Amino acid sequence: MLALGLLQSLIAQTLLAQTDLEFVRPHIDWHAFAPELILVGWGALVTIVDLVGLDRVRRLIGPLTGIGFLLAMVPVLTLWDLGEEIPRILFDGAYVVDNYALLLKGVFLLSGYVVVLLAGNYMAEGDYYDSEFYQLIAASVLGMLVMTSARDLVTIFIALELVSIPAYMMAAWRKRDLKSNEAGLKYMLMGVFASAILLYGMSLLYGAAADTRLTAIGESLAAADSAPFITLGVLFTIIGFAFKVSAVPFHTWAPDTYEGAPTPLTAFLAVASKAAGFVGLISIIVFAFGDLPELVEPFMWILSAATMTVGNLIALRQDNVVRMLAYSGIAQAGYMLAPLAVYGGQLAEAQQAIVIYLVIYAAMNLGAFAVVIIAARKTRSGDIESFSGMLRWAPGLTTAMTIFLFSLAGIPPMGGFWAKFWVFKVLTDGWELWGTLLALVAAVNSVIAAFYYLNVAKQMWFLPARDGDNSPIIIPPALTAAVAITVIVTLLTGVTGWVPDWADFPAVAAAP
Amino acid sequence: MEDFLNSWGLTAMVFAPLVGAVVMMLIPERDEELHKMVALVASAVSFVIGILLLTNFDYGASGTMQFAVDRSWIDVINARYAIGMDGMSLPLIALTLLVTPLVIIYSWNHIPKPGNAKAFLILMLVLHTGMLGTFVARDLVLFFVFFEVVLLPMYFMIGVWGGEDRLYASIKFFLYTLFGSAFMLVSFLALYWLTGSATFNMVELAERVVDPVEGLSASQQTLLFGGMFLGFGIKVPMFPFHTWLPDAHTQAPTQGSVILAAVLLKLGTYGFVRIALPILPEGAVAWAPWIGLLAVIGIIYGALGCLAQTDMKRLIAFSSVAHMGYVMLGIATLTSFGINAAIFGMVAHGLITGMLFFIAGSVKERYHTLEIKRLGGLLHKDQAPRMGWILAITSMASLGLPGLAGFWGEFPAILAAYNPNAGLNTTVFRIYMVVAAIGTVLAAAYLLWLLQRTAFGEPSEEFVDHPDVHDTVFTEWVAWVPMLILIVVLGFVPGLIFDVTNEPVSIIGDVFKNMSSGAALGSGG
Repeated sequence: MLALGLLQSLIAQTLLAQTDLEFVRPHIDWHAFAPELILVGWGALVTIVDLVGLDRVRRLIGPLTGIGFLLAMVPVLTLWDLGEEIPRILFDGAYVVDNYALLLKGVFLLSGYVVVLLAGNYMAEGDYYDSEFYQLIAASVLGMLVMTSARDLVTIFIALELVSIPAYMMAAWRKRDLKSNEAGLKYMLMGVFASAILLYGMSLLYGAAADTRLTAIGESLAAADSAPFITLGVLFTIIGFAFKVSAVPFHTWAPDTYEGAPTPLTAFLAVASKAAGFVGLISIIVFAFGDLPELVEPFMWILSAATMTVGNLIALRQDNVVRMLAYSGIAQAGYMLAPLAVYGGQLAEAQQAIVIYLVIYAAMNLGAFAVVIIAARKTRSGDIESFSGMLRWAPGLTTAMTIFLFSLAGIPPMGGFWAKFWVFKVLTDGWELWGTLLALVAAVNSVIAAFYYLNVAKQMWFLPARDGDNSPIIIPPALTAAVAITVIVTLLTGVTGWVPDWADFPAVAAAP
Repeated sequence: MEDFLNSWGLTAMVFAPLVGAVVMMLIPERDEELHKMVALVASAVSFVIGILLLTNFDYGASGTMQFAVDRSWIDVINARYAIGMDGMSLPLIALTLLVTPLVIIYSWNHIPKPGNAKAFLILMLVLHTGMLGTFVARDLVLFFVFFEVVLLPMYFMIGVWGGEDRLYASIKFFLYTLFGSAFMLVSFLALYWLTGSATFNMVELAERVVDPVEGLSASQQTLLFGGMFLGFGIKVPMFPFHTWLPDAHTQAPTQGSVILAAVLLKLGTYGFVRIALPILPEGAVAWAPWIGLLAVIGIIYGALGCLAQTDMKRLIAFSSVAHMGYVMLGIATLTSFGINAAIFGMVAHGLITGMLFFIAGSVKERYHTLEIKRLGGLLHKDQAPRMGWILAITSMASLGLPGLAGFWGEFPAILAAYNPNAGLNTTVFRIYMVVAAIGTVLAAAYLLWLLQRTAFGEPSEEFVDHPDVHDTVFTEWVAWVPMLILIVVLGFVPGLIFDVTNEPVSIIGDVFKNMSSGAALGSGG
């Protein structure tokens, strides 16, 4: 409520400042806005189909939602194809469609598609309300699409809430399970709290700049003398996002939420939702805080080092595979934050490193969750020990999971290696003391992390099945597709050393 | 043909095993014979291409990279798919090409428990590609990728097909190596930044580092060398980091131990001579006395460790620590003489210790134990006399008997320590030399002791007329004879390797020689 109140005042102020202006309908670039519009339209259509058809169409809602994601992908590809004519700037610079945004839109749509694939059997077999679940996923992905292009405080905030509010509901989806209720409630309370802090920070920034657009804020902050309220505004904004990306010490909600939520949703939270938080954070830092490295960097350094170390150390002690992945995801967020601790003078490279990490992380982590969901269909358990003997009862799945685990551990030739490589590259650039120190912290951490990833590999490869049941597993086609997509991306990015073309990031070059 | 070899030869050689592995993935697990066939064919294809490359190699210009390919790979950082073969990598490539097919042949009727020939051989082929790739890479990023690729199959090989304590051994092996690699990677990246050359090419980096204007200071080089030292030194392994080795070796299946001893350990020493020394010469000078110290500690410690072992395989594993100590001592002298000896030592150790692990595996298979005090009388006519003789020859080679390959690895390395490169403290290295010489006596002690207790005398009661005890079988002969022949031939004609390695090694040696004379001139002026 506090959050909404603040939002209202923010909007009111903006409107007040513009009362003397005549209303002009902003020019809308329909092509550039098409992915979002398609998703909105399709989402509404799916809802209507669900309302009219009720139980008769229940089975169709999931596939329909998946098709919606693929449809929205079409304008993303055609926009990408435009090359020179990108970036498109909408709404006075509050909304920008450039290749950076398009790449991430593609990642979010594909992640959403994979999550729908994952959810299919889980929802149908668990006897949950499934139609609404898919519609909420679509809503959340819509928020992510908006987030990639948002260059304005209000747009960013709306995108963030659009991502989060459906997720609060979905986390509590298994409503007869106390743990799921706990997951939803905890996630919502922490999320709202974080939003309030974020809004407070944003309002201070607005106070300093008298503008909500990030670039304008960036210019004002660069010109302004340092003042306590600017510092507070910057820090509160970062802390707000730190909750969303579950950085230590703002991570406490993540493990409980991940464990209690339905596993496909956990995959969604750990990958897409976290990535959306990162996108917002990158946008704000790149466009608004670009000239304040001396203020932001030390804070990010501590946040990053603490996140990777604490996440890894706690992950070491987990015996539930979802909790282990949750803590490992926290640690991975630490690596992703690391470039922001040294971004001064190499803003573009830092942004690159994080984006590459996000893309590869999405593939490998979704893949790992897919395997967890498939395995749980047989073992009915979330223990790491339930993976024992998997080489016997699911050799193909074992290979896939091994690829994901080694990728997460950062071993070449998997994609995860390059994700870490680019982070290390940014950190060691110029051989600055703090960057190099953080690189060493990250190096030690990746060895610690290898231990618990290998622990899962050990169960699968080295030990006999816990209950001696070696009967082969049956994998539904949708889940096979999900694993196939993620394996291909993980391996391809790894073998080719994929890097989005530097030139594809004109927004970066143009950043102040 | 020439064209093919020049542009595609090395690539085909490196990736032929991987193609085989992919083919095997598509074949169902129950067709075991087919899997063995495919694996053998894949490694044989690689071997044949390798032989063609070896025969087309211009031995007159072994100091230059031949069959070199340089294609763009990751443009943004200018990491390239740059491969090539020169006299320094040639012997090691040849060793790898030879050992893997032999190991696959040995596997024909020795697939270790719990079976699954498919997975086992696929891992073996992936390992093969990783090892060959490491030896041909000329780009640091490419090198690193191959260097790490080797980790995975070996981890699984130890963990799935290993002995009692395999879980502990496999994770220890993995984490130790990964720890070193992480620091090595930081060093590589720092090189990239500090030289400002925007390249990962080894040769270009070496030129940039010594550039008088934009080059690296001695202290920077020393620091970066430290990172590489961790990466390569753990792989070798050098003394304080060696503890993963006895566990890994002892627990690994025979095939794993053979590959580990024959090739994997060489990745570390090769890294020193290929990357660390040429690129960071001043760092090498600063570290050389310490490397020498750790090397001789390793020699003595490994030998003493051997004398304390009760398990045959563990004893051989500790002997590896000692032998790699000689290799590192040769490298630490920073002279072309010493580095030549080191490369010979790598090949010799690969053949000899690989052979010893083969024998240990076959002994284990027959006697179901490797406890030295339970074994005995291998040479007895009812036991396995031929295998006993093979063990005797190999042990002699291992202790450095002249006329066998082991001698040329150890003796010149010790000799080189008498006269290290001019910048190094001669007294210190002469002390190392004496200690290393004492090490050879200890080596004779533990190997002869091993031979005496396992091969001589009467077999212990439990193994008289034991049904499993029999002499060498066909696949063992096929796998072992080439290695034995090479051990003898290289013992008599060491020039086979020295002639090839001398030219590229003297390029490195000259760098250090010029550096010390340059320093002398500088101080004189």
